[in-house]
Amino acid sequence: MELIETFFNWDILIRSFPILMRGLGNTIMLGVASILLGTFCGLLLCLVRLYAPRPIQLLAIGYIDIFRALPILVLLILIYYALPFIGIRLNSFVSALWALSMVLAAFTAEVCRAGIQNVPAGQFEAAATLGMPFWMSMRKIILPQAIKVIIPPLTSNSIAVFKDTALASVVAMPDLLKQAQDTQALMANPTPLIGAAIIYLVLLWPLVRIVGYLEGRNQRLYAR
Amino acid sequence: MTSAHPHKIDFNGVPAVSMTGINKWYGAYQALRDIDIHVSYGERIVLCGPSGSGKSTLIRTINQLETHVSGTLIVNGIELTPGMKKLDEVRQDVGMVFQHFNLFPHLTILENCTVSPISVRKVPKREAEDRAMHYLERVKIAEHANKYPFQLSGGQQQRAAISRSLCMKPKIMLFDEPTSALDPEMVREVLDTMIGLADEGMTMVVVTHEMGFAREVADRVIFMDQGQIKEVAPPEAFFASPQEPRARAFLNQIMH
Repeated sequence: MELIETFFNWDILIRSFPILMRGLGNTIMLGVASILLGTFCGLLLCLVRLYAPRPIQLLAIGYIDIFRALPILVLLILIYYALPFIGIRLNSFVSALWALSMVLAAFTAEVCRAGIQNVPAGQFEAAATLGMPFWMSMRKIILPQAIKVIIPPLTSNSIAVFKDTALASVVAMPDLLKQAQDTQALMANPTPLIGAAIIYLVLLWPLVRIVGYLEGRNQRLYAR
Repeated sequence: MTSAHPHKIDFNGVPAVSMTGINKWYGAYQALRDIDIHVSYGERIVLCGPSGSGKSTLIRTINQLETHVSGTLIVNGIELTPGMKKLDEVRQDVGMVFQHFNLFPHLTILENCTVSPISVRKVPKREAEDRAMHYLERVKIAEHANKYPFQLSGGQQQRAAISRSLCMKPKIMLFDEPTSALDPEMVREVLDTMIGLADEGMTMVVVTHEMGFAREVADRVIFMDQGQIKEVAPPEAFFASPQEPRARAFLNQIMH
């Protein structure tokens, strides 16, 4: 009974709920912005990686390698605590947005590359022999075929980035986790943390199911 | 009249394709050696030779899917150079049919036929669809217009690919082993389509092992070996008495 009183204190949950909701708003904003920015930059990065002149390709490869290897938390702390030493001061939201989307872009670039390279060379040739310029054949022929392969891992990466928005609490961004921690301290009870955990679950669990569904559907498509 | 020969073009003796001294290397391996070919409008050329003889490389050089290293290549009166700007425009007038069809799997047969006329040639959608249906009827698959490529047999897919090319109203058609990936019972329907096209005066360059087709349709047969043109002759002469020992051995192997 004391356990429930401690971890699932209804009274405290109700009182902390509005605060958690404010945190959730920030988390969703950061997550959505990072995913949109990271995915868009990732697609561009992938096209540079595949089709730019060689020296620029190498830059893209370098970027992708570095940001796939670097932990997001390290990157975030570098941006937030190290950049001010050279005069660049970013607030916690912008710092987190940068860190998350830079890393997501690197992963997205690799996912898109796999998707595009999965399209047979004959499709590029057929589009070319019909007189299609490069960008038109990308848009009309190649990307619509690649997207089927790209979507499941892309969604999976997006979920990972959404979870990593919680790292922003380290640089004092009032996201869902930070709000929960502060409320816990204020009310001397861990119930707000439990509440936050449940909100994360409710938000992300359906997305995890969708990835599973998409992967299954792709397998059925290829079995055909 | 034009209705009998809708594809016939007269450019006052300007050749459709003109290759002079074309060479190509893959690393140290020379794939094409001093190729000289001049194809007139309305002419049907069959390219044959053992595998690895360079015939596919040669036909793919004509629309620059493969680039040549040296020599002069002129297609429809325009000189093609590696990295040239207007290559897309030249390719609009040169249709190509592939061994593995290369239809676009995410589009219906009709959309396969209209995507390029609409987006490249800026033909209005209705007109592009009418044109597509016209050619699909000609290759006898109009009833499959709204199906996806995977729902069709190999022979039907290849005929769809031919009509996709024709929808761009090309001046020249290239065929790169169009029947090699087909089950034997489907070869005939594709060859008949090609013969029909030849009868209408289409300029055709065809890489094929179908010697019956060559005999029936070709104006000239070109025999290649080791990246070189070894023999050029009208089909009667080529099949009756090939001059090159290598050509004789090749014919023996595939005609047995």
